Amino acid sequence: MNTLRFITAGNVDDGKSTLIGRLLYDSDSIHTDQLGVLQKQTKQEGVDIDLSLITDGLRAEREQGITIDVAYKYFSTKKRKFIIADAPGHEQYTRNMVTGASNSDLIILLVDARKGITEQTKRHASIGSLMGIKKAIIAINKIDLLNYSEPTFNQIKADFETIKKELKYDAVTYIPVSALVGDNIVRKSENTPWYQGKALLETLESVELNTTEDLASRFQVQWVIRPKDEKYHDYRGYAGLVLSGAYKVGDIVTILPARIETKIVKVEKNGEEINWALAGDNVVLHFEKEIDISRGDTVVLSNELPTESAEITSWISWLDTQPFQLGKTYLLQHRFKNVRVKVQAINQKWNVNDWEFTKDTTIGLNDIAQISLKTNQPLFYDPFDKNPKSGNAILIDETSYNTVGALMFL
Amino acid sequence: MSISNNYLEQLENEAIYILRETAAQFEKPALLFSGGKDSIVLVHLALKAFRPGKFPFPLVHIDTGHNFPEAIAFRDKLVHEIGEKLIVGNVEDSIKKYNLKETAGKFPSRNALQTYSLLDTIQENEFDACIGGARRDEEKARAKERIFSVRDDFGQWDPKLQRPELWDVLNGKVQKGHNVRVFPISNWTELDVWNYIQKYNIELPSLYFAHNRECILHQDKLVATSQFIQPEKHDTVVVEKVRYRTVGDMTCTAAVPSSAATIQDIIEDIIQTRISERGQTRLDDQLSEAAMEDRKKQGYF
Repeated sequence: MNTLRFITAGNVDDGKSTLIGRLLYDSDSIHTDQLGVLQKQTKQEGVDIDLSLITDGLRAEREQGITIDVAYKYFSTKKRKFIIADAPGHEQYTRNMVTGASNSDLIILLVDARKGITEQTKRHASIGSLMGIKKAIIAINKIDLLNYSEPTFNQIKADFETIKKELKYDAVTYIPVSALVGDNIVRKSENTPWYQGKALLETLESVELNTTEDLASRFQVQWVIRPKDEKYHDYRGYAGLVLSGAYKVGDIVTILPARIETKIVKVEKNGEEINWALAGDNVVLHFEKEIDISRGDTVVLSNELPTESAEITSWISWLDTQPFQLGKTYLLQHRFKNVRVKVQAINQKWNVNDWEFTKDTTIGLNDIAQISLKTNQPLFYDPFDKNPKSGNAILIDETSYNTVGALMFL
Repeated sequence: MSISNNYLEQLENEAIYILRETAAQFEKPALLFSGGKDSIVLVHLALKAFRPGKFPFPLVHIDTGHNFPEAIAFRDKLVHEIGEKLIVGNVEDSIKKYNLKETAGKFPSRNALQTYSLLDTIQENEFDACIGGARRDEEKARAKERIFSVRDDFGQWDPKLQRPELWDVLNGKVQKGHNVRVFPISNWTELDVWNYIQKYNIELPSLYFAHNRECILHQDKLVATSQFIQPEKHDTVVVEKVRYRTVGDMTCTAAVPSSAATIQDIIEDIIQTRISERGQTRLDDQLSEAAMEDRKKQGYF
């Protein structure tokens, strides 16, 4: 059994909270004491439980009736475990959606059948694509209010197919649903006999996950294990996460930036020797040569070298209330390596609402732009589109230490 | 992201990654050890992350003075077995030092007072990061918690000003005086923790398994009688076969009727119980709907 992480995008009005509530409720994931609280809170007459309340978290959010921050919800079926990143849909909270999307395998875009594809749908679809999500489900909601109209469904589908061409999703599924009534959420609905596909939950259970196992092998040293006691006097292990590809005993690797070639003599996982380490594994590598290696150093197969550069073009999603300042020095964290960086130029800004590219000299909260960076020492990376694991980084303010930008290298 | 086909392995990988990241990014981290199953699992994960080296942090226990004796005995045995350092912060000391008032009532909770000792211990030892076993599925304020959660000089959590956390890149840089709470098992559910305990046969305090115990039946909850809670005349006292689903203070943790003698029994118990962990066993979260949100804002975990 594996885990699918997905994000739901849409506003309260589109029925996003109701949809999540419905998924959790119909899959028996809500505890009875929580149901009791929800029943007490439900104020609508004739309604037993307002499903949208399930996702309400903080008091401030209940007061304003909106989702501010990303909330994580957990449920599971016999086939799969799920983590939902419930992110706000409102434009002023784009950064929260960016955060949720960065940790998701799939995006559910909620479209109100009566309104069709809106500016907001486009914005959410763009952010999901920019953040590297490859699978999308277009949930065409409130279809019950249009008498389960097939032509409406087809029209919305055709409209999104046009948009899709500009984006990087490799699989998009369209499902007519009513979150309120429950059509095609957990079970297929009799009200949409013309719909041949699966219900939402079954789609989520069966969607294939993208892996980075087939990409070039990437590993950065996270932590050096050197006990220096009598028993383990000569033990020198380099712990880290296999970002992509695989490492095995006997591989000839190059340590960067030192450019020293050596051989993997031992691979350990949880204290046991293994022959192979695959993407996603936390392992400890041992090398033939005694070399001075520290945190942030990159270990790659000698025939698969990454890009090396101190001048990088990148997409950036700005996350801070303080706008970006040209010429100011920031810290850049690329996995386990920290460097200082200056932005040389803002090449273009991407308005994700109308898909216009403009020239600008400022980047403010929630903006997305393409920039040119200069780092104080070269980074070893891959373009984000080629390898999302070694092609991402965050930008940190040097004084507040806040995470101010998400970077996707080009 | 999701790569492995075994979700327990995925969760383990994520937790080990976070523990190593904590060790690497902070000068003086600490692992907060409560004696409960979640922190026992954390210790187990730390062994996997750092052996054959030593832990790059001590274990820290904030002792409320109301702990179950079984939990304390277990703590000392575990610390001895793994040969790591333990620092104990005493709530009794904080009560004397600050002349704190205990909560009134029959089941006095020291949760609020615990925060004083925690913050003192952090300050005295200059800890810049504290690793805890909180999980997002426990409670809705926790559902919004980050993996690296920044706290100010007062240990306060500001839900509106949380740092964005992108991918699995963790930013542990903080200004002086601020510190970070780290939650390596954020994405685990109660059932995941039990399945993990079963998979690796991790030893737990006996409290978690069914045993006979004298309890006061308070509303619909069973609270053990102890030196802290003596039955009064009108109380209904029963001896029942119970177990603990969470291990907090003796004064505010309720037992649940159960005959579960093994981990497998417990897992089946949980699958069948439709009441949440905190809802069933904590007297302190039911004071108000946002009780946890408020306590977190004040510096609680």
